[in-house]
Amino acid sequence: MNIWLVMLLGGALTFGMRLSFIYLFGRFEIPVMVKRALRFVPPAVLSAIIAPGLFMPDNTLDLSLSNVHLMAGVVAILVAWRTKNTLLTIIAGMITLLALR
Amino acid sequence: MNQAAKSFWAGVRAEFPLLIGVFPFGLIYGALALGAGLAPLEAQMMSSIVFAGSAQFITAQLVGDAAPGLIIVLTIAVVNLRHMLYSAAVAPYLKHLPRRWKTVLAYLLTDEAYAAVGLHYESNGLTSTGHWFFLGAGLALWTTWQVSCALGIFLGAALPSAWPLDFALPLTFIAMVMPLLKDKPMLAAALSAGAVALLTQGLPFKLGLILAALVGIVTGTYLESRR
Repeated sequence: MNIWLVMLLGGALTFGMRLSFIYLFGRFEIPVMVKRALRFVPPAVLSAIIAPGLFMPDNTLDLSLSNVHLMAGVVAILVAWRTKNTLLTIIAGMITLLALR
Repeated sequence: MNQAAKSFWAGVRAEFPLLIGVFPFGLIYGALALGAGLAPLEAQMMSSIVFAGSAQFITAQLVGDAAPGLIIVLTIAVVNLRHMLYSAAVAPYLKHLPRRWKTVLAYLLTDEAYAAVGLHYESNGLTSTGHWFFLGAGLALWTTWQVSCALGIFLGAALPSAWPLDFALPLTFIAMVMPLLKDKPMLAAALSAGAVALLTQGLPFKLGLILAALVGIVTGTYLESRR
């Protein structure tokens, strides 16, 4: 498939999902099951992207202390948990990664 | 300054701290997209046509892996599925607006815009100029994203490879996920999705990502409905 077609389809789907409930509000009730499932979309999708970045930096599972991406990720998780601050989390993770390499 | 303009600039200001994280993100995307084989015009246009950082990253990687177009479109859809949640969350505050406002604001509804706008609506409720706040936050993000992507495309290979810029993606997502993990079903959704993502990493074209996301959503929904 042509890259432009991929972008247009992907963009149309993304825009459609962003518009969905804004447009439909008041016209129909969101089913309870859908509402419930939607709540779990961000943690599921984001964790599915995070996990390989930390545990498989070279495409193989690395649980050792020498896996600097994992160590930096653990530091970032702790900072995010304690501070809830995006910028601090990114900085702490980056500094840990650079310091350990 | 009238109320609408005040509200617009309040939105821009509220978005500002988030822009500091977005800028390096755009830089890396631009460089990564060129590295994956996209032309500069394609890479830049994706930033306004799709306008979703994480989906653009993954699209660039999939293009580099020569994944089939249909799989790329499906992956974009699953990765951006969370925008339906944001759409549902802001819908009550936009219900009185004319269709062109709804269309523009929906286009601008990204993770980072929602982070500022959702908070604004939660603390202020429905106000007569809330949509101007949304427009300010959304346009501030849109402009920053376009500029940072363009700079990334321009600098491209000139960005020092010693900077682990691509690690900014999982770090940003960690900052977004941690505040969500307030109960057992949310934690279970995150952990199960992460575990499946690791187990399925060997599948071609990041199909494991779609699988992992679906397992996480089903696990969380199931635990929640049993409570």
